[in-house]
Amino acid sequence: MSHATLAFDKNALDVRSDFPSLTQSVNGQTLVYLDSAASAQQPNTVIEAVQQYHEHDHANVHRGVHSLSHRATEAYEGARDKLCGFLNAASRREIVLTSGTTESINLVAQSFCRPRISAGEQILITHMEHHSNIVPWQILCEQTGAELVVAPIDNRGQLDTDALRELLTEKVFLLAIGHVSNALGSVNPVREIISWAKDLDIPVLVDGAQAVPHMAVDVKDLDCDFYAFSGHKMLGPTGTGVLYGREALLEDMPPWQGGGDMILEVRFDGTVYNDLPYKFEAGTPNISGVVGLGSAVDYLQAIGLTRIAQHEQALLEYMTGQLAGIDGLRLIGTAREKASVQSFLVDDIHPHDLGTILDHQGVAIRTGHHCAMPVMDFFNVPGTARASLALYNDRDDIDRLVAAIRKAQEIFA
Amino acid sequence: MSKLAELNTDDLKDLYRELILDHARNPRNFGPLRSATHRARGANPLCGDTLELYLELDADEVVRAARFEGTGCAISLASASLLTETVAGLPRHLALQWFEQVTASLTGGRSEFDLGKLMALQGVREFPARVKCATLPWHTMRSAFQQQATTATTTTE
Ligand SMILES: Cc1ncc(COP(=O)(O)O)c(C=O)c1O
Repeated sequence: MSHATLAFDKNALDVRSDFPSLTQSVNGQTLVYLDSAASAQQPNTVIEAVQQYHEHDHANVHRGVHSLSHRATEAYEGARDKLCGFLNAASRREIVLTSGTTESINLVAQSFCRPRISAGEQILITHMEHHSNIVPWQILCEQTGAELVVAPIDNRGQLDTDALRELLTEKVFLLAIGHVSNALGSVNPVREIISWAKDLDIPVLVDGAQAVPHMAVDVKDLDCDFYAFSGHKMLGPTGTGVLYGREALLEDMPPWQGGGDMILEVRFDGTVYNDLPYKFEAGTPNISGVVGLGSAVDYLQAIGLTRIAQHEQALLEYMTGQLAGIDGLRLIGTAREKASVQSFLVDDIHPHDLGTILDHQGVAIRTGHHCAMPVMDFFNVPGTARASLALYNDRDDIDRLVAAIRKAQEIFA
Repeated sequence: MSKLAELNTDDLKDLYRELILDHARNPRNFGPLRSATHRARGANPLCGDTLELYLELDADEVVRAARFEGTGCAISLASASLLTETVAGLPRHLALQWFEQVTASLTGGRSEFDLGKLMALQGVREFPARVKCATLPWHTMRSAFQQQATTATTTTE
């Protein structure tokens, strides 16, 4: 649009044409998709992998001698191997396939914590968590008499790491912390925080839902005990996700749900559970989704997470600068370390109205509380507008966003 | 601007009519009502907004006063503001008939009433995601009449 955007951008990625959904028009305008933190769009290769599976290989896994079942199993287990490499996990036994971040966190709450935690012990989280890293712990606390403790954030939406460090005491049974905040974009220094927890032998779960699409994650390097994320935010299908768990911990945990696949032998006088990771995967899984997730890993790795991170960082800076240049626009979440997300408010325009007016111009953003009501309470707002980036966004998208916001200001002027 | 197709803002102008923007900027009957005999809270789980609606009914079940407070988008604030103007002075059964008529007209049906100013809300019919914003205050009023202890949401229709 403007000449400024034609300036050479050394970090630009040219991947947009890999994403068929991005070529459509919405309300007469080419779609500008700035809601990838909710769900990312999928590249051709992922869509085709799922279709190929449905057209050729569909059968149940781990239970047939026929060719299709064999192929389905190979594709499903192949995806697990890819995910193991993606996270640099020590073994595929540490990769539990789930329906998403939410299930992964609930699994840890119910299988790892519930049998061992005592009344009065604590689960430590932060004020910027997504509801799915809050509510499972509230349920656990109700069940066990444990206590939920919340580390504070500051006005920029940064974790108060000093306060968190003070809250890390021997009373803490588990620290559950987001890697990147979905509402604010703040990146938490999880590696350092984990090292503090390790000094006290406190296990750590990291909610990585907003991290894995945007940066290379290495669970060995982080030294975390659990790492949870969803497929649909990293270019994969919905209904897929991962719980990485340290093998020694998973070994000692009881199954989470009972059913087929998670057993070796079933007798009425006793049942022998399957090995890791199958012990935690009861019933027929989301095979096609997992195949798509494996393909998404291939895609992200082919482009390279370092390049993706560079591109998105440059774009985030551009977006933040452009938004800050709009009169009457207030940025929410201005942490020093950020990834891919900017929340904001425009004077006298409710986020919901802004969302409608932007959509009318083909610009998709998220408005509301972003499943992080405590964050909204902290900033004393009912909700925000949020633009979130992925590797396929470019400066034109940002310019369209800015123009659309100005249009909304005209309508409400 | 060459890449942009001409933007058609007619629908938007229909949604954000002057009357709506006026009521959103300066909501009428905004604030608590000490003498309320009936009240209810309405919540829109999509955006996290809540509104509190207060009614004062006299011995004859006539609405003596209607007020509201809370946060909301332009559509829900305007709808609530218009509601308080509409039902003040009406007997309970008539106010409830207005609930039926207004919600029907906003969700695609027809109204037998002359909706007057409330016709300004009709723009939401082109914006399915926003219908709930307009109907929420009305559902909340119904809850208030029923003195339901629970929070009204527009999902329980
Ligand atoms: C930080 C964070 N945690 C957890 C979740 C929950 O993910 P899902 O709904 O895929 O289980 C999300 C998704 O919105 C998120 O952004």
